[in-house]
Amino acid sequence: MRLGSGTFAACCVAIEVLGVAIFLRGFFPAPVRSASRTEHRAESHAAEPAAGAVSNWTKLPPPLFRKVVIILIDALRDDFVFGSKGVKFMPYTTYLVEKGAAHSFVAEAKPPTVTMPRIKALMTGSLPGFVDVIRNLNSPELLEDNVIRQAKVAGKRMIFYGDETWLKLFPRHFMEYDGTTSFFVSDYTEVDNNVTRHLDSVLKRDDWDVLILHYLGLDHIGHLSGPNSPLIGHKLSEMDGALMKIHMGLLSKERGSLLPNLLVLCGDHGMSETGSHGASSTEEVSTPLVLVSSVFERKPGDVRHRKHVQQTDLAATLAISLGLPIPKSSVGRLLFPVVEGKSMREQLRFLHLNAVQLSKLLQENVPLYEKDPGFEQFQMSEKLHKNWIQLYLEENSSEVLLNLGTKVLRQYLDTLKTLSLSLSRQVAQYDTYSMAVGTVIVLEVFTLLLLSVPKALGPAAELDVPLSSPLFSLLFYLSLLVLSAVHVVVCTSAESACYFCSVSWLVAGGAVLLMSALLCAVVSALSETAMGSSSKRVGKSPDPSSSKWSELDVLILLGTAGHVLSLGASSFIEEEHQTWYFLVSTLCLALCQEIYKNQILGSDQDLLCGLHAESGPLRALPTVSSLPQGRARLGDGGTHEATSALQRLGSTERAVVLASPWAVLACCRLLRTLNQTGVQGAHRPDLGHWLTSSDHKAALSVLAALSLLAVFLLVQRRCSLLSKVALALGLLGIYCYRAAIGNVMSPWPRGNKALSRGILEARFVYVIVFGILFMGTKALLRAQAAAAGDKARTVGLWEIHSGLALLAALLLRPHNLPVLVCGLLVQTLMAKFIWKPLSHDAAEVTVMHYWFGQAFFYFQGNSNNIATVDISAGFVGLERYMELPAMFLTAFATYVGPILWASHLVNYLSSEASSRSALRHACFCYVLICSIPVSAYVVLVTSLRYHLFIWSVFSPKLLYEGMHLLITAAVCVFFTAVDQTKLTPS
Amino acid sequence: MKDTDITRLVYAHLLCIFSIILSTLLPSLFLENFSILETHLTWLCICSAFVTAVNLVLYLIVKPNAPSKRSSLSHKVARFLKCCIYFLMSCFGFHVIFVLYGAPLIELVLETFLFAVTLSTFTTVPCLCLLGPNIKAWLRVFSRNGVTSVWENSLQITTVFSFLGSWLGAFPIPLDWERPWQVWPISCTLGATFGYVAGLIISPLWIYWNRKQLTYKNN
Ligand SMILES: [Zn+2]
Ligand SMILES: [Zn+2]
Repeated sequence: MRLGSGTFAACCVAIEVLGVAIFLRGFFPAPVRSASRTEHRAESHAAEPAAGAVSNWTKLPPPLFRKVVIILIDALRDDFVFGSKGVKFMPYTTYLVEKGAAHSFVAEAKPPTVTMPRIKALMTGSLPGFVDVIRNLNSPELLEDNVIRQAKVAGKRMIFYGDETWLKLFPRHFMEYDGTTSFFVSDYTEVDNNVTRHLDSVLKRDDWDVLILHYLGLDHIGHLSGPNSPLIGHKLSEMDGALMKIHMGLLSKERGSLLPNLLVLCGDHGMSETGSHGASSTEEVSTPLVLVSSVFERKPGDVRHRKHVQQTDLAATLAISLGLPIPKSSVGRLLFPVVEGKSMREQLRFLHLNAVQLSKLLQENVPLYEKDPGFEQFQMSEKLHKNWIQLYLEENSSEVLLNLGTKVLRQYLDTLKTLSLSLSRQVAQYDTYSMAVGTVIVLEVFTLLLLSVPKALGPAAELDVPLSSPLFSLLFYLSLLVLSAVHVVVCTSAESACYFCSVSWLVAGGAVLLMSALLCAVVSALSETAMGSSSKRVGKSPDPSSSKWSELDVLILLGTAGHVLSLGASSFIEEEHQTWYFLVSTLCLALCQEIYKNQILGSDQDLLCGLHAESGPLRALPTVSSLPQGRARLGDGGTHEATSALQRLGSTERAVVLASPWAVLACCRLLRTLNQTGVQGAHRPDLGHWLTSSDHKAALSVLAALSLLAVFLLVQRRCSLLSKVALALGLLGIYCYRAAIGNVMSPWPRGNKALSRGILEARFVYVIVFGILFMGTKALLRAQAAAAGDKARTVGLWEIHSGLALLAALLLRPHNLPVLVCGLLVQTLMAKFIWKPLSHDAAEVTVMHYWFGQAFFYFQGNSNNIATVDISAGFVGLERYMELPAMFLTAFATYVGPILWASHLVNYLSSEASSRSALRHACFCYVLICSIPVSAYVVLVTSLRYHLFIWSVFSPKLLYEGMHLLITAAVCVFFTAVDQTKLTPS
Repeated sequence: MKDTDITRLVYAHLLCIFSIILSTLLPSLFLENFSILETHLTWLCICSAFVTAVNLVLYLIVKPNAPSKRSSLSHKVARFLKCCIYFLMSCFGFHVIFVLYGAPLIELVLETFLFAVTLSTFTTVPCLCLLGPNIKAWLRVFSRNGVTSVWENSLQITTVFSFLGSWLGAFPIPLDWERPWQVWPISCTLGATFGYVAGLIISPLWIYWNRKQLTYKNN
């Protein structure tokens, strides 16, 4: 079967998407979580087990403490409290830890050691899987079962002061709150004073049950000057003072009340030796956890060896302490010392509750849970517990009870340990088999693409895809057999929990078939290439392609290779925007050099002609010697044509041509200052933050209005009249929408009308976008029907482009509108004054479009961190969260840059390119250049899967790459569709 | 004839390399606390001065492109002034390009400018010495197959290597190794210096290697 290279590329990218999807499914294990996560039903709590006699303890046990105060000090490392610094700067805490009624632990935080996931872990007791981040993109609210929600349901009155992340995670949960922002890292006094100033009044009052304080100052000092700065000492002393104040307050309240109070001091994560956090070094994951209460036994002495516990254990402990059900997806276990003072029956009851919760979670998440050692132990301990209760109810002698009870207790503690361990391990396992399948598919497709480059980029832009030959080839059946055997062996082997094994046999068979077919195709392409090259060698035709490469081609190759290599270093991934900015700047300079060379050398022919005519034959340059003397301006043919194209331009236009690379460079430099992104630069002040602050609303409004006007001017020139009008209305609607939701100032006085959500305005714009897209598609189809529809097709494509630009203008945040304007401006400049006069070929233009698309992806403030995804775009014009449209809108808003540049590529090539096969070449190149980083990255991530930064840096990038490939597939379908309209003869 | 040219080229280049080595060693005798990383700006100034001086001396001694006609003193002075203006323009031009590449606009202006000066000494000064203030000649030399002598060929190679060095020198900046040389513009200046030195070493070798293929119009 003969396929156009565009269609072939589209098929390849579709298969590649499939491969990447399988790989991702294997790479990101499904998180351990309870099935019923959002709805809150009145569930029955596990009753005390009893054999024979019925226990009267069926309800949840009552709270152990009356008031609980949680002091969370951001980035509190364990040695700040337990080490020499603690002794020096936190005397009161040290006294409590060493001599007072307190239990102290070293709580281990799991990476990523960043505040938000840590708060989640502390309050839900679950290990936030990576997929959670994606699933919870739609709302920052914590949807999982957690202690705060349970407390709210139970009617506890909670007060919160500190980092406003909590208020985002738990909106409407706190009776009273004061959030401080963690944005200004340079501020480390105000943030904490804002928390402490409430303490005096709150400690006097008695109308609350839970008080949570989150101090940010220490973290900010760490970021500013590291863990050894003198500021740390001051801050620790300040924290010690606050703790003393709270402890005194709580003690004074205890008089006359039945229940004691609990004070919890903890940190969310540690601090590395440089003062940062996020990774998994010992300094970053070790945090102190101190529980203080007057009921705890004072046991001076053994304070050297602190027990290491998990951070997730706090959730279960807090739930028990407050008399709440343990959060359903908690993998933590009760910190036993907290309940040590209670009676044996109560202790067993608490442990039983914890064990039941963990075993339930295990049942929901592990298919073969019955074989799990934890589950077996659980059944055993429950049985023992039953016996004990029976003895207890029969009122046996206390000594027997105590001995037996201690045994049950130990059994329970073991059970909890095993259960918790196997649940935690569930999260951290890679599904190697699925990963391997995905990698094989991706690599096979990539190899096939690489091998078909010479044919696909040939003048015909067509290649043979032998579909029937695999049916008769031995290799196909052989590989089919081997792969099926591997599948059967892997899936029947013990304790394999592969995703790929759990899919139906039909699907797995299809995948196996696909893999062997691809293998056959690769082998046949390989043999063809080998034969082709050998025949060439026999013919002794000197390969001229190597000498024809211009500086630009070399730059493109080097840039692509360099970018792929840079993906191996985590900092280059974090700062990938720098790579793209750098490459794009270099590209502009290279274009500049090309233009100037053509311009100046072209106009000064005499000198060069004379020079070349004399030296040409000597220099073994076939092009020069073969060309007639008068036309031999420069070494290669491409530049020669370009020169003549430049010559044809008028003087003003020539000046614009000379200035345009600099204008593009200036545009790019301006956009860089708009959004600081990445990790190192993210805290730096930028124009975007300046604009979005409420003081500069007027400036933002003017900028937004001007940008929308500029968008109109840039886009309208090639549209039909009707769509021009529609476009103007749409842009007006966008401004109204932004005014309605309060981003920009309203041009007319709105009176006392409150801010709306702008549903009406946004939907109006959507209608217009659909209208423009519809008109564009209609024009395209009409062009296909009519014979001489070239103009109609150009208009149709441009209308689709303008429709996309309009949608982008609606979804981008107002301060990002200049990105859109600059993008359109750069496109216009490059197309008109650089690509057209210099007549670059389709492949070069495609790669340049791709590079600019990537750069604009970062210009709009994106990074390889999930946190920079602008989720608000998913809510534009929607009354409530609707999954599909919201996901589509968010993806579009995130990938506006690449999408608009790809759409411009189609426009440019179908209107300007002379060759009929330009579009197909472009499509093939686009697929190739997109799949190079994906394929390399899939291999890279597999080999780096035990890297320190795998979760914090490499995994988010993997998701971005997968998403980008999906977008590429969509773009390629569009390419192929446009190509088809061009192809069909009528 | 060509072999003698190559020998002279080697000596000239050795002198340039020697001047760079000297600029790192000599000041530590006179200045306290001198080190390339800590007192980077001083080193940049000294290095630029040394390289410029050596280039001028070489120009006066070797006279690679002997002027065909005797020119008057006023003409020479005008030519010298023109060269100075070109040098300054190249410094500012490089500065602008660095800013366009992402160098901070307001902070570290002096550092950026001194980097521009250094890069100019590595690239523009040899060009000025060899080709004079003649943009067309420059463009000819830097377009493909435009060189007409061993000197121009080596000029092409050293200049391209200096640019390449400073270009590659920007790569380690985003890495989080937290080394003192990762600060802007130290890695770039070091890259430019290494590139220049590499170019100085490689160009005679390359010319010697390819001396059969290379035929110049003037020779
Ligand atoms: Zn934190
Ligand atoms: Zn922090």
